[in-house]
Amino acid sequence: MEIALAIAIMALGAVVLGAALGFAAIKFKVEGDPLVEKIEAILPQTQCGQCGYPGCKPYAEAIAKSGEEINKCPPGGTEGVQRLADLLGREVKPLDAVEKPKSVAIIDENTCIGCTLCIQACPVDAIVGAAKQMHTIIAPMCTGCELCLPPCPVECIRIEVIPETIDNWKWRYPVTEIKAAPMREAA
Amino acid sequence: MLMNLFKFHGGVKPPTNKTQSNALPISIAPLPSRLVVPLHQSIGGTPKPVVTAGDKVLKGQLIGEADGWISAAVHAPTSGTVSEVAMHIRPHPSGLDSLCVVIEPDGKDEWLAHGPADYPAMSPADICAYLQQHGVVGLGGAGFPTHGKLTPAPSVAMEDLIINAAECEPFITCDDLLMRERAEEIIRGTAIFRDMLKPKRVLIGVEDNKPEAIAAMQAAVNALNEPFSVVAVPALYPAGGAKQLIRVLTGKEVPGSMRSTADMGVQVFNVGTAYAAWRAIAHGEPLISRVVTVTGNVKEARNYEVLIGTPMDELLALGHPKADTDGILMGGPMMGFLVPNPQVPVVKATNCLIAHSSELFPPAPPEMPCIRCGSCARACPHELQPFEMYWFARAKNFGKTQEYNIFDCIECGCCSYVCPSHIPLVQYFRFAKSEIWAREREKNAADSAKERFEFKQLRDEREKAEKAEKLAKAAAAQAAKKAAEAAAAAAAAAAAENTESAENIDSSTASTPEVAPPALAPQGDFLRGAVDAEKEAKKFAIQAAMERAKAQREAAQVKNTDNLNAQQARDIADIEARREVIQPSTQTVDGNKT
Repeated sequence: MEIALAIAIMALGAVVLGAALGFAAIKFKVEGDPLVEKIEAILPQTQCGQCGYPGCKPYAEAIAKSGEEINKCPPGGTEGVQRLADLLGREVKPLDAVEKPKSVAIIDENTCIGCTLCIQACPVDAIVGAAKQMHTIIAPMCTGCELCLPPCPVECIRIEVIPETIDNWKWRYPVTEIKAAPMREAA
Repeated sequence: MLMNLFKFHGGVKPPTNKTQSNALPISIAPLPSRLVVPLHQSIGGTPKPVVTAGDKVLKGQLIGEADGWISAAVHAPTSGTVSEVAMHIRPHPSGLDSLCVVIEPDGKDEWLAHGPADYPAMSPADICAYLQQHGVVGLGGAGFPTHGKLTPAPSVAMEDLIINAAECEPFITCDDLLMRERAEEIIRGTAIFRDMLKPKRVLIGVEDNKPEAIAAMQAAVNALNEPFSVVAVPALYPAGGAKQLIRVLTGKEVPGSMRSTADMGVQVFNVGTAYAAWRAIAHGEPLISRVVTVTGNVKEARNYEVLIGTPMDELLALGHPKADTDGILMGGPMMGFLVPNPQVPVVKATNCLIAHSSELFPPAPPEMPCIRCGSCARACPHELQPFEMYWFARAKNFGKTQEYNIFDCIECGCCSYVCPSHIPLVQYFRFAKSEIWAREREKNAADSAKERFEFKQLRDEREKAEKAEKLAKAAAAQAAKKAAEAAAAAAAAAAAENTESAENIDSSTASTPEVAPPALAPQGDFLRGAVDAEKEAKKFAIQAAMERAKAQREAAQVKNTDNLNAQQARDIADIEARREVIQPSTQTVDGNKT
């Protein structure tokens, strides 16, 4: 009898707790994968596809789910790799590409024939224009992803490094790195 | 007037070095060989140039139009010819270029027609617009457009209007001399601000190391019979910081997060600003010159009234710099910076030029490790903890620096001044601030790029779905129609077959009753009938399609040429005639080609 009562109490407890857990699972369901979101927040959102994935989100998902390397994002640079490594607790690896300075695409408006191919290629809607009308790039919206270069039939798009101006100038890091003196050859 | 004054936390007392330059009266600087007027001279939008190379300009003529509300116009400081509108180095620690209007003076210094504003008839909005058009900006150093500060906060009653005449930085005496010589105009300018803001009190805070200026201001206040209080505040750097002066005069502590002190019922203006506002209102003169202290390693230190755009080396030459001068410091020794190039122009925010020499300003001793003595925290007028912020800024842990309120730092330099380890703390804070701003910009850009990318994807998906749906609908409609036609045709064929086969059976039974039809015959007949029906249906379908196409063609035919009036008919005939003329010619061209 006592055993039955004990089992009944345990069973009741299990049911109550199970119900609470089930309720919590539905009520506090986390939308999306928080890790993917965190990774995506670090990625520079250029949507350039240089990592081999069609955008930053697919790359973030690949890092989170299938253990993709974290050093495949050239626009993010070494600092991006560092931050991803910090987030995921992985080892910092050298960037798997050449790091490029921040750039912007520029359309030579005299050469542009108005084919709209670059407009279709731009992942971030930074090109305005219409068929047989001159196209132009909204510079502040351009991420410098270079995806508009290959489709252009007249090669009128070029990529230029964003110059330093008073508005984007930054104070330099005041610490001068101490360089190690070259080791003397052992006699 | 006796007043209960308050104290702010920290502060330092560096040697003032003001006596070198405050003995001589303000002198008018001669016309320089050329004037380089940067368009961006105030916080806010960069004014748009309204002149081009080759234009003749008169003194006071507009050359840069304010762009947006927080922006102020820029004017030609003298008459002459615009030689170029181009990028030139601006006095900025970066040493980078910005758009400047370069004027070759013609030596006549000829004014554009100007006159006083009809001040009593102007509404506050008119006065704001007037000051903006006359390029009046804060002359204390930050260069905030003055009209932007002249609107009282709607929710808070304006209590105190403070005129900042503390001039706490060592070496600088331009406000001191301005007050000694032009006190009456300053008071009149202050009265304009008072009329705009309607504060309960007007306080003029002057550091007590300027007794002549205090006396002159008090005399002007008495002469004009204004209820303003000239208050001597204890000389302690940085008493001239807006928040510090508010604290000293009113006891109010401005929260770090507060963007505008107007939300606390206090507004602060520099004395030079009050003077410039009065010159604009009473004489119609835009802000084209200001008083600049020339001091430091020079033989004759004094104050000059200088045209905006004067190259600094030409101005410094007036003070006869000593042979070992190796640079020009703009602003005071605490907050100023070495200009990147001696030819950079004087701008509205330039209050002082100090000839730099290594004897006057010995190079900083090497930076030593922080010993966490806390001197910086004791000196900080904003009660921050510079040693903590230093640590995190050095480690590039910018989130932490923000937790320690790095954006409350006014970069006054007290912490660097007292640091026994000679750590250039302010450099670290400037670095951290500009990094945080850059990251903020990048983050915003990335967020908006992501948003646009997602929207584009959504749009592509939607378009694809819409197309697929359209195609599916068309296919379904086609299939339904086909099925219906096939069914109809099959029914018709079956009916025909039935009667036909019945006749056949009748005739066969009648003629050759002994010959029984092969067992398979009815089945074969039926099969044949089905095939025929299918063929028939196809034929019907094709016919129906042709019928439909015909109907469509007819529907699409232009029908507006049926009922034409005489005029339209004539026009058409004309056009046809022209076409006839063109047609043969193109044909001949074609013929030639071939």
